[in-house]
Amino acid sequence: MFGYIVRRLIAAFMVIVATSIIVFALFFYGPSNPGQVVCMATSPQCPAERVHDYNESLGYYDPVTQQYAVWAKGLFTGRDIEFGGSTYPCPAPCLGISYYTRQPVTELMKERFPATLSLAVGATMIFFPLGVVLGSLAARKRGTATDRLLVGSSLVIYSIPYYLLALLSYLYLVIIWGVFPQPEYNPITQNPWLWFTGLILPWLVLGLATSTSYARFSRGSMVESLNEDYVRTAKAKGLAQRTVVIRHGLRAAIVPVITILGLDFATLLAGTVFTEYIFGIQGIGRQALDSIQDQNFPVISATVLIAASFVVIANLVVDILYSVIDPRVRLT
Amino acid sequence: MSSPVEDVTRPASNEPFLVVDDLTVKFPTADGLVHAVTGLSYSVEMGKTLGIVGESGSGKSVSSMAVVGLHDAKRTHISGSIRVGGTEIIGLSEQRMRRLRGNEVAMIFQDALAALHPFYRVGNQLAEAYLAHHPNASKREANEKGIAMLDRVGIPQPDQRARDYPHQFSGGMRQRAMIAMALINDPKLLFADEPTTALDVTVQAQILDLLQDLQRDFGSAIVFITHDLGVIAEMADDVLVMYGGRAVELGSCSAVMSKPQMPYTWGLLESIPELESDPGARLLPIPGTPPSLLHPPTGCPFHPRCRFTGDVPGDLCERELPDLVPGVEGAAHLRRCHLRNPAETLDNAANKREV
Repeated sequence: MFGYIVRRLIAAFMVIVATSIIVFALFFYGPSNPGQVVCMATSPQCPAERVHDYNESLGYYDPVTQQYAVWAKGLFTGRDIEFGGSTYPCPAPCLGISYYTRQPVTELMKERFPATLSLAVGATMIFFPLGVVLGSLAARKRGTATDRLLVGSSLVIYSIPYYLLALLSYLYLVIIWGVFPQPEYNPITQNPWLWFTGLILPWLVLGLATSTSYARFSRGSMVESLNEDYVRTAKAKGLAQRTVVIRHGLRAAIVPVITILGLDFATLLAGTVFTEYIFGIQGIGRQALDSIQDQNFPVISATVLIAASFVVIANLVVDILYSVIDPRVRLT
Repeated sequence: MSSPVEDVTRPASNEPFLVVDDLTVKFPTADGLVHAVTGLSYSVEMGKTLGIVGESGSGKSVSSMAVVGLHDAKRTHISGSIRVGGTEIIGLSEQRMRRLRGNEVAMIFQDALAALHPFYRVGNQLAEAYLAHHPNASKREANEKGIAMLDRVGIPQPDQRARDYPHQFSGGMRQRAMIAMALINDPKLLFADEPTTALDVTVQAQILDLLQDLQRDFGSAIVFITHDLGVIAEMADDVLVMYGGRAVELGSCSAVMSKPQMPYTWGLLESIPELESDPGARLLPIPGTPPSLLHPPTGCPFHPRCRFTGDVPGDLCERELPDLVPGVEGAAHLRRCHLRNPAETLDNAANKREV
């Protein structure tokens, strides 16, 4: 088990390295000009000479491998970054500095991440239980009107484009009817109540929209497990219906659902772009979108790197969890 | 709990412990109504074993699952009467049916690996079965009872093996554990649905011995479902042969085995290889396939595969369903066949083959 985890961690590290190389390569071999971006951020007039100077000081004319080495080293030791004649300290783990605000990207991420984390955790608390409960209910009642109603309504919600659903909820529930307060992010450490009320609508919208796929997935998994011989055995023992369904049926049905949850949660942590954008939550998803528009390369590469790390770690956690739930799975 | 109706251990009259009377089970499907079991009647006394034989789809498992109440009521039409210890269980509330299941009536399933939950330790699964009917027992008592049962069915080091998961058991041990689980509440009636089919012959013999031992100790009634006539000959007091969802022959084991009264039973017996027979001789199969339960054949369900329809005057076999009636051998041996004297006809056919 320990050896397995070590091997998986090494593999995870390799995936992250590979991702960072690919992002680097895409940027440098694509039509990019960081000097132009940096220059435009400071003044509207950018003669070719100044752009050249900026690129020079950023090391853009060095071989890509060397630039990657500098960047990667900074991740572990930190480095000083100079451009435009000034030097900006970038302590480890250094992900570069923003071309615009000249803040270390790590700082930006730390600022933005709690909002995204709050969104992701809150929405998961809604969509996972809701999806699993509705899916199991539909599976228990399969073929009945309840089943058709649940499957049908989940399909309806699923087929509405998410941004439309979010926009309409915002328009009606906040602006026109005023049922919910204006969504915003307040740190939970400062005022838990404001944190809660500010995020409740984004949670509900994201949670409800995501729950539909979980409902359908849980239903399928549950229909399968309720047909298993061991569920029949549990019934034949004279256990209560509830025990049969939950302890024997759901326990087995939940395993594949958890796999998907792990990956989905990791993806949510990497930024919920639409949700953050539409509800005006300053998270890393919105930051990523802005930085792509601004060609703010250090922020883009940092976001991709963090997203890759989350996915890889989530995968590992799910695999370990698997062996806890299913004794037949031995990690070797 | 103390209401006299629920005390199923004492039959109301002198009738056998299990009485199945005119049981019919139908499943509505998208293609139509499946007639899984039609007009089935049989009974089993305490301490006796009834063997039910038949091909896949003959209704032997379906009828047994009806007795244990394992069919989904919403997807199954059940009619007729099933009395366990004098209590009518068709239409019994789920609550009271649950008290019966695993307690008075238990069931052993065929594939023990699939029938045991892969995520729970064997000991826990046994304890759970005990606790389901002994709500006042402590977890500790239930665990000890589980270990004692594992010991009783011959699992070595039961206290350690109770902590194993089903996949860590061998096939024979899993079936033993399954039996231990079924017997943990001292059931009066035990259904064994092909309990040895998935096992190799030596383990099969051990399991059959074990079941016979346990029956002697517990005095329970056993319904043994199988397609293996050899197993039936060893285990059963009475035999019920099912075909196309109906009983086609019912009698004592020795009578049915030695003097079959129905061409289907005869065909089954003829298809068994004998030790003394010529190793080069071909086995005699029953031609054709089992009948569709969606559109059962008219008349006798076996007539499309029967070799003896020519011995019956007219097209009686195609037109009319024969009744399950006593033959010339006596009132205890019932058969469903239009032949005037089936035993004689079948005997002649067997002799002709040997000559």
